[in-house]
Amino acid sequence: MYIYDHYDQQIVEDRVKQFRDQTRRYFAGELSEDEYLPLRLQNGLYVQRHAPMLRIAVPYGLLATKQLRMLAHITRKYDKGYAHITTRTNVQLNWPALEDVPDILDDLASVQMHAIQTSGNCIRNTTTDQFAGVARDERIDPRPWCEIIRQWSTFHPEFARLPRKFKIAVNGCTLDRAAIEVHDIGLEALHNAAGELGFRVLVGGGLGRTPIVGSCINEFLPWQHLLSYLEAILRVYNRFGRRDNKFKARIKILVKALSPAVFAERVAEEWAHLKDGPITLIEEEVERVSKHFTDPAYLDLSDQDAELAALDVAHPGFARWRSRNVVAHKKPGYAAVTLSLKKTGIAPGDVTEKQLDTIADLADKYSFSEVRNTHEQNIVLADVEQSKLFELWEQLREHGFATPNIGLLTDIICCPGGDFCALANAKSIPVAEAIQERFDNLDYLFDIGNLDLNISGCMNACGHHHIGHIGILGVDKKGEEFYQVSLGGSSGRQASLGKILGPSFAQDIMPDVISKLIDVYIEHRTPEEQFIDTFQRIGINTFKERVYASNH
Amino acid sequence: MPAIIKNNQVVDDQWTLLEADAQLEQALHTQQAIIPLALWQQHKEQLQAVQPLGIWLEAGQAIEDIVDDLTHFAVIALNFPAFTDGRHFSSARLLRERYSYNGEIRAIGDVLRDQLFFMQRCGFDAYAIRTDRCPTDALQSLTELSVTYQAAHDQSLPLYRRRSA
Repeated sequence: MYIYDHYDQQIVEDRVKQFRDQTRRYFAGELSEDEYLPLRLQNGLYVQRHAPMLRIAVPYGLLATKQLRMLAHITRKYDKGYAHITTRTNVQLNWPALEDVPDILDDLASVQMHAIQTSGNCIRNTTTDQFAGVARDERIDPRPWCEIIRQWSTFHPEFARLPRKFKIAVNGCTLDRAAIEVHDIGLEALHNAAGELGFRVLVGGGLGRTPIVGSCINEFLPWQHLLSYLEAILRVYNRFGRRDNKFKARIKILVKALSPAVFAERVAEEWAHLKDGPITLIEEEVERVSKHFTDPAYLDLSDQDAELAALDVAHPGFARWRSRNVVAHKKPGYAAVTLSLKKTGIAPGDVTEKQLDTIADLADKYSFSEVRNTHEQNIVLADVEQSKLFELWEQLREHGFATPNIGLLTDIICCPGGDFCALANAKSIPVAEAIQERFDNLDYLFDIGNLDLNISGCMNACGHHHIGHIGILGVDKKGEEFYQVSLGGSSGRQASLGKILGPSFAQDIMPDVISKLIDVYIEHRTPEEQFIDTFQRIGINTFKERVYASNH
Repeated sequence: MPAIIKNNQVVDDQWTLLEADAQLEQALHTQQAIIPLALWQQHKEQLQAVQPLGIWLEAGQAIEDIVDDLTHFAVIALNFPAFTDGRHFSSARLLRERYSYNGEIRAIGDVLRDQLFFMQRCGFDAYAIRTDRCPTDALQSLTELSVTYQAAHDQSLPLYRRRSA
């Protein structure tokens, strides 16, 4: 993974000092609440329901074990002993004291971490595929490009006060696990017919209040021009994006208002000035950064298909886990393992300090001392020897990470919701838990198959409910918490946004509602269909009739 | 005279900022006036003779409207209706980097210490700090970060063209 040199290190250290002083001035009354707000937000610090919430940046999800142990230490020392993995692959603390935050940042800087731009109206953490660099279907490793974008966007002076937050995602695979179509900018790394490397550029996708799938404004941008082109997009947005209404300030609104074609022209005009200028990327830099993402010292192994199949027969639990939580690896004899943070009874994405230490130990032992956070709020050990899968599984079971539910209904993406978040209209964690309890039978869960169920506590959509096959949105109805259900959303290629099923439901009947939806699917599916396929074939009405019929 | 930050120092401001509804007479009779864009657009012919002259733009006004007239202005002041508004960050960079403007670019309006570091990188060299705040305090922010990744007005090359191990 990327290792800071003295320049990178200096930047995070300067930042700690700067923020320490900003916080001091706030407590001294030299900065008003309003003035401190954007400063603390751009450092990931929200003031929440119970306490400030600190969002720590995990650039494109990658963590070294040293960093994991520091996170464990921080949650022990400054928080209540647990942390939360977010849908932008960052790590959130729910209970730090405001006055401790500069010290926390100091600790983070000591392991090349920070909280820069994890919130606020600026360019946020760039995300990518959790299997970057190991996926079998990968064409181009997106990680060096994410790091190049991270550096370009860190304290970019021109884009430090954007109309609204700004999210970039990069994909380099056949499949799109990075959901690039629902980002402010989605970049797909690819080769053109001549074999040259470049990016397909999507712009104006996003969830939130006005969910929309991004539009392509450039089919092939040669890599040398990546940053000048991004700068052109951001400049057009910074100058002309709406600032009069927070809910219409995202770039998607500008793209829509101008039309993608006109927006593309505006960007092209701006880019004509910037192209081939000093920020043109050079081969040396791409090489310098790429060197940090070369393969670890893989052994020359062969796939263990027969051995693993034998273990499957002897240990159905292992077989089940392997079928859901283990994916193929580009290197023979290796596999990528997802640690499920979706055990029933634990808030999705939550991880204790002990577990963080354990994950670090496991990564040291089994996966070259690195892990990846996923936007589905799990953690991946990306480079595990297949011959060690069984022994790893046994340890994961012991520590509560072996729930075999990756990609299944109980692998719920869920924001912190009304239990923690000041923006939320409704709680989301108890809804997730009730649904997980309802579908606790593994045979049934497996029979239901792939299903993305996403829950957001408000229309800011941190839980990505629009792109869940089943999406749940917390709404406020005259001071009471209700839940609106949508169906048919999907991330990945040909992303689609869910359609609202109908009037919202009270919290206590949510498991029943989900059960009915699943019943309809089970009754109508063909043998090869997943939930989303059946939905697309039979449409929303059958589901609607079932759910609302029995309500009367 | 109010104090402003100019070239990294707190100095007395020699200029007078005229309100958005200022009339031509005022502009002609004020020494070192910074006039609103609308006045310039209406009375360009008379105002062309005034030297030195400054102009100021609202956050929503585009610098493209004055780029043919830049030689007339010793000061271009860019207004920040709120400290969270970054539109003129782009304007300053364009003035410096695209239109080669060498005069003073001044931040006016809701200008507070913690915007200054970014502003100077974009090409601002003068800051009329909000009057309830101390400009001397604000000076400190200009040197808060010692390393920057991007090319901008203050640094013609991005770090990746400057890095040495």
